[in-house]
Amino acid sequence: MTVKTMAEYMAEGTEPEVLFWVGCAGSFDQRAQRITKAFVQILNKVGIQFAILGQEEGCTGDPARRSGNEFLFQMMAYNNIQVLNGYGIKKIVTACPHCFNTLKNEYPALGGEYEVIHHATFLQQLINDGRIVMKEGGTFKGKKITYHDSCYLGRANNIYEAPRAVLEAMDVELVEMKRCRTNGLCCGAGGAQMFKEEEQGTTRVNFERTKEAVATGASIIAANCPFCTTMLMDGVKNQEKEDSVQVLDIAEMIAQSI
Amino acid sequence: MSIRRNINLGKEEVFGGDAGLRWKNVLLLAFGQKKMFKRMTPAILHFFVYAGFIIINAEMLEIVLDGILGTHRLFSPFLGVVYPVLLGMFEILALTVLVSCVIFLIRRNVLKLKRLTTGELSGGWPKTDANLILVTEIVLMSLLLIMNACDYNLQQLHAEHYAQTGPFLISQYIAPLFSGLSESSLLAVERGAWWIHIIGILAFLNYLPYSKHLHIVLAFPNAYYVSLEPVGEMNNMKDIQNEVLYAMEPDKAPTEVPADAAMPKFGAKDVMDLSWKSLLDAYACTECGRCTASCPANITGKKLSPRKIMMDTRDRLEEVGKNIDANKEFVDDNKSLLHDYITTEELRACTSCNACVEACPVSINPLNIILELRRNLYMEESNVPQEWMQMSNNIENNMAPWKMSPSDRDAWAHS
Repeated sequence: MTVKTMAEYMAEGTEPEVLFWVGCAGSFDQRAQRITKAFVQILNKVGIQFAILGQEEGCTGDPARRSGNEFLFQMMAYNNIQVLNGYGIKKIVTACPHCFNTLKNEYPALGGEYEVIHHATFLQQLINDGRIVMKEGGTFKGKKITYHDSCYLGRANNIYEAPRAVLEAMDVELVEMKRCRTNGLCCGAGGAQMFKEEEQGTTRVNFERTKEAVATGASIIAANCPFCTTMLMDGVKNQEKEDSVQVLDIAEMIAQSI
Repeated sequence: MSIRRNINLGKEEVFGGDAGLRWKNVLLLAFGQKKMFKRMTPAILHFFVYAGFIIINAEMLEIVLDGILGTHRLFSPFLGVVYPVLLGMFEILALTVLVSCVIFLIRRNVLKLKRLTTGELSGGWPKTDANLILVTEIVLMSLLLIMNACDYNLQQLHAEHYAQTGPFLISQYIAPLFSGLSESSLLAVERGAWWIHIIGILAFLNYLPYSKHLHIVLAFPNAYYVSLEPVGEMNNMKDIQNEVLYAMEPDKAPTEVPADAAMPKFGAKDVMDLSWKSLLDAYACTECGRCTASCPANITGKKLSPRKIMMDTRDRLEEVGKNIDANKEFVDDNKSLLHDYITTEELRACTSCNACVEACPVSINPLNIILELRRNLYMEESNVPQEWMQMSNNIENNMAPWKMSPSDRDAWAHS
């Protein structure tokens, strides 16, 4: 695995094609690290010159802002934009829809304007351009798979087709849940809920969602967000289906298919 | 109009962007009812009522002119054979409106659909309001048909003033019900129906401002002013942005701060702190509950209901409006939207998933209100769950929401 930081590119006097914004989950969460590594594996294999910020990256401020702490959000945004603009970053790809939404929609008003792409769209482009070629036979060919729309890629940014196109490129049998696309049901993690106990209710949001996903009979629940992945995996455990149902990020699926 | 005044109590918000796109939204979302069609059965029934309302208004023109000029069926001589055809069409619409409203009543009161009967809609004014609207529409449409049926009977008796238009498509079938009546009784019923119909419509129009039915008007401006930005974007707080900027780069801070500069207020505690669009939203809400039915928190039994957020906002705004009417300006009543109407538990259940925003057929955004109230809770009251406090501390100290060392941020790359 070859991973270079922006500082290293700078020292060499070269520029990467794209900055990979790893995000906090992708950096620290053990499950999400596997998504990060899978995505890097794809970038390496395709031969894309990319950089990470490494220790210069900080939380975008998304959970702070949505919990109500605008001061902290503005602090984080200020620091990140200083770093990004300092390196003259033009294009960013990220595997986290929350980072994607904040970088793409909320940083421009604060002086941070970049071309921001979510990895679902990025992977779709690489497939369309013929740069990602699936191996013979296909790891997931004909497998029954359901796709969970993350709120921040879907409703928040209207991206519904790119991740599905990525799945179709792997010749999977895509079975949709009743609540999909614009009607997709949240995994329960957004709005900083990931970082607190749920309020009193009759069930948990991730249990409700996973029940629906498992009911499709799919052996894999495909996701595009590290938080959704965690929530859905907990849901699968709750249903005691760990042996028959896997939760995978689309990047992990592509990494296993090339 | 006090509604206009009340909406303007909200904070200024600039709505820029492509006016063409805004008109397109009015056409698609308001005129075209695009989002209604996510639920087919109510969409079709609602469309009948909507189309009926709009088209039958053309006949209202004749009814009103007849009233003013003392004529009867003013347009019939001009339109000749087309007139009964046109009236037949109106009658078909009147019947579909009537049947749709009956089905709506059954859905609410007999089938008791969850979306239409639970939570904030389980009783009281919201329930009465809904039934009142439906019953009124049924009565108005019945009157129209009774009027035409008597008219046909009067035509057959060759009563004075009653032009020979022939039978009308639907009312001819109820005409036999009245055929035994004398000419004077028929006249009384026909005139009676005419008067009750027109008085009913005028009364209904005056009832609109007090009712959720106001959506028939406000759905249009609401569609025009809907945000054109991706819904994932939260409103920026310029005051705080600048405060951070001046702290980091003191040379950019203004040298002179006006002495009378007001302390900025963070987020919203009451309706006056919300954007005027949120207040327009509150008046445009017809309490259909599509937002609540799609809310993940509500589906899983949490207290949050986006519909209640909108109803609370309107109720509080009405209360503030009455306060202003009575005192000339708003006099503190020791109440606020936050806490007295909407509780912290409701606010904290929100996942900011935008399902409610997506679901609303009339372009209402309950999430904006929730997030503004959360800002107030956090920054004005420091009313924050312990875990969120911890999360903020972690982000501040470790640049990540977890207690991890920032120097391990790229450790994954070396393992």
